[in-house]
Amino acid sequence: MDLAPVLDGFGVVLQPTNLLYCLIGVVVGMLVGVLPGLGPAATIAILLPITIGIEPVTAVIMLAGIFYGAQYGGTITSVLLRLPGEASSVVTVFDGFALARQGRAGTALGIAAVGSFLGGTVSIVALSFVAPLVAGFALDFGPPEYTALALLGILLVATVSSGDRLKAVIAACLGLLLATVGRDGFTGAERFTFDNLSLADGLDFVPIAMGLFGLGEILYNLEERHRAVHAPATVANVWPSRADLRQSSGAIGRGSVLGFFLGILPGGGATLASLAAYAMEKRRSKTPERFGRGAVEGVAAPESANNAAATSSFIPLLTLGIPANATMAVIYGALLIQGVSPGPQLVDQEPELFWGVVNSMYIGNILLLIMSIPLVGLFVKILRVRATILAPITVLITLIGVYTVNYDVFDIGLVVVFGALGYLMKKLGFDPGPLVLAFVLGSLLEDSLRRSLLLFDGDPTGFLTRPISGTLLVLFLVVVLLPVIRAALARRRSTDRRNTKELV
Amino acid sequence: MTVLVAYVPTPEGDAAFAAAVEEAGRRGGRLVLLNTPREGAPVSAAMADEDAVRELVERAAAAGVDVEVHQEAHTGDVADEVVRVAGAVDASVIVIGLRRRSPVGKLLMGSTAQRILLDADRPVLAVKP
Repeated sequence: MDLAPVLDGFGVVLQPTNLLYCLIGVVVGMLVGVLPGLGPAATIAILLPITIGIEPVTAVIMLAGIFYGAQYGGTITSVLLRLPGEASSVVTVFDGFALARQGRAGTALGIAAVGSFLGGTVSIVALSFVAPLVAGFALDFGPPEYTALALLGILLVATVSSGDRLKAVIAACLGLLLATVGRDGFTGAERFTFDNLSLADGLDFVPIAMGLFGLGEILYNLEERHRAVHAPATVANVWPSRADLRQSSGAIGRGSVLGFFLGILPGGGATLASLAAYAMEKRRSKTPERFGRGAVEGVAAPESANNAAATSSFIPLLTLGIPANATMAVIYGALLIQGVSPGPQLVDQEPELFWGVVNSMYIGNILLLIMSIPLVGLFVKILRVRATILAPITVLITLIGVYTVNYDVFDIGLVVVFGALGYLMKKLGFDPGPLVLAFVLGSLLEDSLRRSLLLFDGDPTGFLTRPISGTLLVLFLVVVLLPVIRAALARRRSTDRRNTKELV
Repeated sequence: MTVLVAYVPTPEGDAAFAAAVEEAGRRGGRLVLLNTPREGAPVSAAMADEDAVRELVERAAAAGVDVEVHQEAHTGDVADEVVRVAGAVDASVIVIGLRRRSPVGKLLMGSTAQRILLDADRPVLAVKP
């Protein structure tokens, strides 16, 4: 492996501007991690407009900082207040809050910080080695491979994501439909534009992401009523004792590795990783009854896993140009705005951006480790701000922000429309994530599908003649058919049982 | 005979609670403890935690007074909520704590105690720490 670009990447990160934006990113990330309701995807979507004036590297460094910073922040409220600020720290509540009730909140936070740091670091090191390899492999990909990959990506996100699978597929199809709006890139025909000039170039990603994630989530959260809790006492004695560290070292190691792999999977990501790591520790433990009553491993494992996953989910984005989850889809959008198209050529063509972003995660993790504990008091103060004050300010920032992208009032209208859509989707149990992801991948899918059909002279069996696209399509079919077959088998078994009962 | 105490976890609130326990003992009635945070924020400084409330209840029990705890969140002004709950439990007296407010501070922030005194349709006992 050539070390020069890696070192150059450190040179990029250590520029004062980039360091400053890394700091801003992780602080904002921790903040939204603390605030229940506002997730990293929403925050990054809302902040997309401010990245337009700055360098691409700097912008992505900041957005990445928000993403992994949020995993840190969610821990604080989980431990101290039994309020998971982030979906990925829901499991931390069980043991974290139990530890806090025993007066060991400091230990829990310390272990979580150390675990997060180690998980993140393990994942960054692995990312540094794996990503160039994957990118080198993917350089041979042509349009047919991208077609298969985009299909598989959309399908996996729809099936793996939380909630109803059918609803996720519906949302993904809606996203694909929205991606077809605008002028056809091959023939120049106008599609679904209704003779509206603003729609001629297709729907922009920014207003959709800001509406669905930003406005939609704000509206949805206004409905939720949190029971106010007592402000916690100050946290003392943060450094975990040697015994605690020894007890949780295995959990941190296993959580990091598990998180790394689950983060790469499309539809995986931090939430799934933290749940899986907690379940694994509980199963492995000789004393599973301690879990939920203040087991240090129960904090260490999910916290290491969610940070490792947050980091490793950059791999598919930076190497294949396929976002693995909703937050990555928004960062993908940010890259597109900057004129950078993520893909296998990124490592070679823009080594400064690639290694700058990867190496900024080292710095960001160190910043988080230093800052997370001293800032606890400040975060708890921020939680005293009422939603009735916070929400209007956020909405205002969102609407002004989207206007500044193109100076187009039409975009504000789009945000409002998609905000309403996002609110309704959440209300009806649809996850807006697959929609945004399918929208992002939609143009890639359409482009590469039509290009490969041109390549094959319109013969769709051509996909199966190429080894990689063929394998991916078979995988696609397996993922589609597996639940159907399983459901059919289960139904047959249950009818069999009913028949025997009737016979008796 | 019911005594209502508006409680916040501060020295003023503790003074009000002590006076309220005494008052309830003298009147031979029950004590209603109102500790209501404002709705909407995840964390509130006005909210007493479970341990503190349990200790208060025990302290009152030691003095032979039954305590009924109300900790629901309120919207709008806390003074209105105190007056409303006082009507709902038909309190014979409301006990509140007074804190020092400079004239300017009172001009800017208003005074909850003053609003309770003016709005309540029953006796109010105001206690200083």
